[in-house]
Amino acid sequence: MAIEINGTATEATPRPGQCLRTFLREQGNFGVKKGCDGGDCGACTVHVDGTPVHSCIYPAVRAEGHAVTTVEGLASGGELHPVQQQFLEQQGFQCGFCTAGMMMTAATFDDEQKANLPRNLKGNLCRCTGYRSIAEAVCGTGADGHKAHDAGAGRLGDDVPAPAGRAVVTGTARYTLDVPAEQLPGLLHLKLLRSPHAHARIVSIDTTAALRIPGVVAVFTHEDAPAQLFSTAQHELYTDDPDDTRVLDDVVRFIGQRVAAVVAESVGAAEAGARALRVEYEILDAVFSPHEALLPGAPAIHGDKDGEVARISRPFNNVVAEVHSELGDVDLGFAAADFIHENTYQTQRVQHVAMETHASIAWLEPAETPGEDRLVVRSSTQVPFLARRTLARIFDLPEDRVRVVAGRVGGGFGGKQEVLTEDLVAMAALKLRRPVQLEFTRTEQFTATTTRHPFTIKVKAGASRDGHLTALQLDVVTNTGAYGNHAPGVMFHGCGESLAVYNCANKKVDAQAVYTNTIPAGAFRGYGLSQMIFAIESAMDELAVGIGMDPLEFRLKNMVRPGDHMLSTNPEPEEDVFYGSYGLDQCVALVRDALERGAQRYRDAGLDELGPDWVTGVGSALSMIDTVPPRGHYAHTRLRLLPDGTFDAAVGTAEFGNGTTTVHAQLAATALSTTASNVAVRQSDTDLVEHDTGAFGSAGTVVAGQATLLAAQELALRIRAVAASLTGVPECVLEDGAVRCGDRTVPFAEVYDAARQQGVELATEGRWGGTPRSVAFNVHGFRVAVNTSTGELRILQSVQAADAGVVVNPRQCRGQVEGGIAQALGVALYEEVRVNDAGRVTTDILRQYHIPSFADVPRSEVYFAATNDEMGPLGAKSMSESPFNPVAPALANAIRNATGVRFTSLPISRDKIYLGLKDAAEPSAPAAELARS
Amino acid sequence: MDMNTIESVVPTTDPTQWRPGDAWLAGGTVLFSYGSPVGTEEPLKRLLDLGQAGWPSITVTNEGIEIGATCTIAELYALPDSDAVVRRDWPGLDLFRPCCDSFVASFKVWNMSTVGGNLCTSLPAGPIISLCAGLDAIATIHGRHGSSRTVPVNEFITGEAKNCLAPGELLRSVHVPASSLSARVAFRRLSLSNLGRSGVLLIGRLDPNGGFVLTVTAATKRPVQLRFAAADLPDAGQLAAAVALSIPDELYHDDIHGLPEWRRDMTFRLAEEIRAELLDSFDADVRPAVSGDFWPPHATSPQPSTQPASTQKEAPNGN
Repeated sequence: MAIEINGTATEATPRPGQCLRTFLREQGNFGVKKGCDGGDCGACTVHVDGTPVHSCIYPAVRAEGHAVTTVEGLASGGELHPVQQQFLEQQGFQCGFCTAGMMMTAATFDDEQKANLPRNLKGNLCRCTGYRSIAEAVCGTGADGHKAHDAGAGRLGDDVPAPAGRAVVTGTARYTLDVPAEQLPGLLHLKLLRSPHAHARIVSIDTTAALRIPGVVAVFTHEDAPAQLFSTAQHELYTDDPDDTRVLDDVVRFIGQRVAAVVAESVGAAEAGARALRVEYEILDAVFSPHEALLPGAPAIHGDKDGEVARISRPFNNVVAEVHSELGDVDLGFAAADFIHENTYQTQRVQHVAMETHASIAWLEPAETPGEDRLVVRSSTQVPFLARRTLARIFDLPEDRVRVVAGRVGGGFGGKQEVLTEDLVAMAALKLRRPVQLEFTRTEQFTATTTRHPFTIKVKAGASRDGHLTALQLDVVTNTGAYGNHAPGVMFHGCGESLAVYNCANKKVDAQAVYTNTIPAGAFRGYGLSQMIFAIESAMDELAVGIGMDPLEFRLKNMVRPGDHMLSTNPEPEEDVFYGSYGLDQCVALVRDALERGAQRYRDAGLDELGPDWVTGVGSALSMIDTVPPRGHYAHTRLRLLPDGTFDAAVGTAEFGNGTTTVHAQLAATALSTTASNVAVRQSDTDLVEHDTGAFGSAGTVVAGQATLLAAQELALRIRAVAASLTGVPECVLEDGAVRCGDRTVPFAEVYDAARQQGVELATEGRWGGTPRSVAFNVHGFRVAVNTSTGELRILQSVQAADAGVVVNPRQCRGQVEGGIAQALGVALYEEVRVNDAGRVTTDILRQYHIPSFADVPRSEVYFAATNDEMGPLGAKSMSESPFNPVAPALANAIRNATGVRFTSLPISRDKIYLGLKDAAEPSAPAAELARS
Repeated sequence: MDMNTIESVVPTTDPTQWRPGDAWLAGGTVLFSYGSPVGTEEPLKRLLDLGQAGWPSITVTNEGIEIGATCTIAELYALPDSDAVVRRDWPGLDLFRPCCDSFVASFKVWNMSTVGGNLCTSLPAGPIISLCAGLDAIATIHGRHGSSRTVPVNEFITGEAKNCLAPGELLRSVHVPASSLSARVAFRRLSLSNLGRSGVLLIGRLDPNGGFVLTVTAATKRPVQLRFAAADLPDAGQLAAAVALSIPDELYHDDIHGLPEWRRDMTFRLAEEIRAELLDSFDADVRPAVSGDFWPPHATSPQPSTQPASTQKEAPNGN
């Protein structure tokens, strides 16, 4: 019995153990996405005979004789389904990877189901949006009750919709692996055998049995891998990270590390090959915590390396990087304090859980000259240009022989500022001269990619009774896991703006990034800042309580103001960081006012009394971030006028829901007096432009956008010049998509023709190097209720004020803020990658790692400060990482305010709240002492 | 995900056909959620498909409700509204929907996943375990060569992801007796997140014969039942003592979904709430304490904080 897909019977029959998801994708239905492959995230939702199911856990054989509808079949003819229309109108997506599943689910809802979205959408996870825009898309109403959204003229300050919107809602947007089979004839699949040991030397790998398995083409081991050491972390300067990693190493340093790669005609054969490998290990001593790793005599995890060459601070002590600094004299500062707070704060490992897992495909592009064919890698990456550079370095190829492209990327959050799959498929494709694909499973994401760096932060902070910070001392240990990717950067950045936002004459920092035999940590939204801000903002709150001052008042007294030096670990301020604008004071006021209004709303509604078990409180926290990462962040844009009078912009940055594509179009449209829809943006292909450092460090708007703006401003000048020579009117201006020359209006298409006749191509380039830099601010406030008998926490009000400079696209920027809050709530309340005593990650599926679902995320009030930045493009500042940073401490401070108990480690889950309160209630318990200290 | 080690899918309900490397395929939502990863020592080779078993999902008689192992959660959720039970005075039916809603899996998964699948997976938080154990349901198990045996669901689960099935044995059905369905019932549940996986789930029953039965699930590695005869109903202190006696500390489950100390204290708390609801509050004016996020059933609103319409006026952009 045939399976009918979107009205057409398919001739293919599924394999015995195949799930419906992969069967549908094999028939070309790429709108069916793999988020978890375990029934948890809903990205693969389809209808079977009209009933919504998760196709990844639906046995494909069961679909025989039934009719399947995928997102590709949701629209009828050219007409979008109402749900698709609503997702488009409300822009109910960012990266768009979850969108098909959301829509396929929502398309089955009746009014009763729409009235209870927390329940009915719990099987659809979104990591980008924070769900507010999804709620509005599902229900078809905006926040203000308006059905349609006025996107304005498509210039600065307008809510321009994402250009990819229609492709996203129809399931036709092409992500990394959405490549039709006919475009990759002979495609092979790669699977990894991973280490079961936390630290071991590989004595031998017997590949005989594996190679005998039908379909297995090759097995790669450390003997096949280049000797070149590198870091999976990607930065403009590769020297920012230690060279401590090989494509395949003969020493494994964490459970889950690559041991061997099996390449086969099918995923199943590759898996069977990996299963058939026989590996002999010599087990080595392992350490799982930084504390153990720093003890004298601890096994040196990278003791085989020369610290100078590999750029490891002290390999024999497991220290990758360290900083020790003292500004002023903290002892004097503490002597002058009326109140001192001392505590140790702990942040946990968390996973990015981008909905699209890491994946890449590599193939060779034949060249006319034999032996000069090019390696092409299509990858789920935030950094195509840096990935190219790294691949060229590892495989000793000239950069022009490597091309890296990205399709639409299904979420990044820093996790894709790494090379974790590209090197393997490149090695296999180079050796086998066939296309090779590697797709990580969700479990591989959890156990063998990267996490946020766990920080242990000892804080000692002093304040005078009149509310001045007298000394701030921090002892920081970060756990970078088995490899040092991003270890120095995260540690330094963490100890940067978190301290620099406060004026304090005496600041001392001792920080170390430490190797352990655990899953490596890497880049993650906030890049060290969120961890440090959790500790410092908690400490500021305690100081305020200690001297009897309102915590926001205390912050107002101590936070930097324009003119103040922003100092952290260096006596001199960063030479290229300036107050291009300053909205921190506005942000504090916006949050304070909103919390007061919220209190009034609760009083008016009579909700103050929840019941005898409940206590309520408010808390807030602030954060600062430099708008661009240090030491160079480059972008290049090529912009040209097309014959039809529209524009083509080639940019470097990848689009993964960050919205930069829209920002590029809007900035160019503003400079060219046209609309964003007339600027087509092509991106994330190393052939398009010279270089782009990549979409990380919040650089999308302020670096890449700046390059585009410069190109557009130059192009506007040249268009005016051509128009002037055409009309003889010297003063031509761009206006409403044309050039006005005196009385005459010359359409852009006519300018194009005139230029062509003059032999002039109206094409410009823009470049920006990411310096000078400005500062952006975020302040978050919460009102919470805590059930003292069960530990249940309810968020009654959530407010964030953001100083983003001139907001290029308010709807999109609000989405970034809301998404950052939702992710941070996950970290604050639920998420933790747990590693057991043997070094094994135990939270390896989404059912063991709870990311916020619709039911967990409150609606947040989002406010923007009114500032105009001198450095950013048209006054804009960065706003992608930073909304994450103040959320966890604001929540901890609100819980402290409600309960009197300080929670010093994340996540602050309900069980920990309950037990913390119980401890504090027992008079002799040490926790109670801490709470009162 | 794909189970790439599966070589064939065999439609059968006969345990005699079972051999090592086989697994019974009901809804498939658990088997396919784990697939056959590379690290697995002895991966599965065949799926014995119950999809064409033709077992009735739900049969209602005066003796109670017979639920076929292949009955989907969606069918179970629909039961309380069905003609088969609508005129029966079975307050125990009130437990069916909250137990279904205790699944961390969404209603879409309920269209595939089965009653038998949840019981045989035997996780502490399995909501069908809570429901069936709480209602003293009896499981019927088929063995090789036509053999058959019954076991109370309460004893069917023997530990975390452990049950009393011998290799190849097949759970055929569960019978929920009318006596339990006729009882007054109470339900309490706590999770670390809104609508998340159950960390503690307690069901109380005041039977027609006046006896009181308390079933603790999710908090413990396996169900624990406390039974009190009508003549011996506990007060708060006696109940707490009985809970302490019945559940040693090491029986409390320890995983990411709740610390054992919290689960223990919450078990005591919810047990007392249930006792008070069923045994104390005959006075209609006294509303019993209810902890948890969705009982009694209501539309959950996690989004109390709303954006005022006028944000832009308060904080204009630019300039």
